[in-house]
Amino acid sequence: MSDLGASATTNGGGPLLEVADLVKHFPIKSGLLFDREVDQVRAVDGISFSVNKGETMGLVGESGSGKSTACRAVLQLLKPTSGSVKFEGQEIAGLGRRELRPLRREMQMIFQDPYASLNPRKRVGQIVGDQLKIQKIASGKELRTRVEALLERVGLSPEHYNRFPHEFSGGQRQRIGIARALALEPKLVFCDEPVSALDVSIQAQIVNLLDDLQDELGLTYVFVAHDIGVVRHISDRIAVMNHGKIVETGDADQVCEHPRDAYTKKLLAAVPIPDPRESRARRERTTAG
Amino acid sequence: MSATPETAPVTPGAGGGPLLAVDDLRVGFATEDGRLQAVDGVSFELEAGEVLAIVGESGSGKSVTAQTIIGLTRSPNSHIEGSVRLSGEELTTQSESDLQSVRGSKIAMIFQDPMTSLNPVYTVGRQIVEAIRAHDSSIDRKSAHAQAAELLGAVGIPDAERRVDDYPHEFSGGMRQRAMIAMGLALEPSVLIADEPTTALDVTIQAQILHLIQDLNRSRGLATILITHDLGVVAEVADRVLVMYGGKVVEEGTLDDIFYDPQHPYTWGLLGSLTRLDQPRPHRLPQISGAPPSLLNLPKGCAFRPRCPHEFAKCAEVPGLEARLPGEPGHRDRCWLPPEQKRKLREIGGRIGLEEPA
Repeated sequence: MSDLGASATTNGGGPLLEVADLVKHFPIKSGLLFDREVDQVRAVDGISFSVNKGETMGLVGESGSGKSTACRAVLQLLKPTSGSVKFEGQEIAGLGRRELRPLRREMQMIFQDPYASLNPRKRVGQIVGDQLKIQKIASGKELRTRVEALLERVGLSPEHYNRFPHEFSGGQRQRIGIARALALEPKLVFCDEPVSALDVSIQAQIVNLLDDLQDELGLTYVFVAHDIGVVRHISDRIAVMNHGKIVETGDADQVCEHPRDAYTKKLLAAVPIPDPRESRARRERTTAG
Repeated sequence: MSATPETAPVTPGAGGGPLLAVDDLRVGFATEDGRLQAVDGVSFELEAGEVLAIVGESGSGKSVTAQTIIGLTRSPNSHIEGSVRLSGEELTTQSESDLQSVRGSKIAMIFQDPMTSLNPVYTVGRQIVEAIRAHDSSIDRKSAHAQAAELLGAVGIPDAERRVDDYPHEFSGGMRQRAMIAMGLALEPSVLIADEPTTALDVTIQAQILHLIQDLNRSRGLATILITHDLGVVAEVADRVLVMYGGKVVEEGTLDDIFYDPQHPYTWGLLGSLTRLDQPRPHRLPQISGAPPSLLNLPKGCAFRPRCPHEFAKCAEVPGLEARLPGEPGHRDRCWLPPEQKRKLREIGGRIGLEEPA
């Protein structure tokens, strides 16, 4: 982490996000009258990474590896225990709610479960447009045109404005989630398992949509998933997490084809190969060796 | 665990037929929006020691097919036609109490979510004991408990003697799924139906569970129906594959038929949209445009027609499930395209796919 970060961002090249020694521990409390901290869950245990403008950083790991907690701690949705998070060179760890508000525009999130992450009582127009209102960016007629344009951009139709989430399929709901994340024209988007709840034929559609939006809008992604195949496809670089630590980082193809860390190797070896001959050969190799 | 239970031995039924034969199974549900045909004429046979994979997306009818086999879809608003025969014995017309003795002891089922399939307030062992004693009350609690511990050991739970008295929350996700499999095996069934058994699990745990299913299938001759949406999982364990779409089987064949000589465009699309770690990544992921159809409003003719780039006039008529390749009677599909044309159409940039990615 160099001191050049701040000046580099002004000319557009350097890292958009720099995370250094980020730690998030959850206390385990016990005691009859007074809560006493007896131990800690080290969900994120000192991770460092940086994300350059316009690139996609993939974060892989199994459940419990701390990848979602890492995202939330970076976004300041969870208060980090310690460490530094710099966005465009500015330290954001430890900022208060009010100070964070303008930064929320710049960083958005797409969630895993398109069923649970959309308020069932609100219309699509409200779900996508409310933050424009809250941030006092648009209102009235202008708000509506902007939301309709967003819906079109993510592959829905403007007529969907007045519909409720339950009228949509999983893939369409994820498109609504994407439209919501893009409404404030963020620079950085965190995608937390955005396709793992979707049907196979729809997963490819959403991954391609995210790709297109990145090209069109110059977005930067942090893409979190347990499916290494999808992460490798969309990412420029990959970080592999295990037990709250990053065990390996590198170029996406490099990590998948020539893993160095033992855990990465184990993870890759467990991914089923959708090719019967290949998977038979692999089975024979493992039983022989 | 004794040898074969006193119930019918695990041999093909009268006349040497298959272990499980499903013939023209149709399952419809009356809903507020009209009749919904979830399963529309599904037929297959399963032999002892075979793993049959049923592949499809949500709404394809794969789970309803499996649930209907063991009578879980019986209800006032469902309409079941066709036949399901286990060792020659018809199951669809059996009384609920007769069916009760089939479930568990002859056909066992494990579900996707091991979190919600175990009762949180009883120990794992007690739930297995309950399953054993429900079918044979002559077994006393103590020996059933010992049997439960033995089963947990057999499915690879370390220190099973002690862990048998643990509650489900003390087990990890993979261990819970192992416990579900142990419970399924308790009565030595001849058929195991696994409905998305690894979808909720991490990839390293998934590999372990798949190997367990495969071992059990080999060592016990357990016939297995594996329901999944993941072709990677299919390639690892299946012998034969049924691909379902909109309630119908659109293609069936051996594992190699489906992966190396697929005949239905939907199968091409599924194979094409896989992200493969063993190949260089394509610039864009090939996708199947559109969404799976609503069963309430199926397109006329071939159900895949609206999403198919190779659609032509004949597709307005539903194609039958037929063997269209000479000399391959077991490889059947529902697509009007001539096989030689299919061979050309499915070749996209050196691999199988539905169309050039846009």
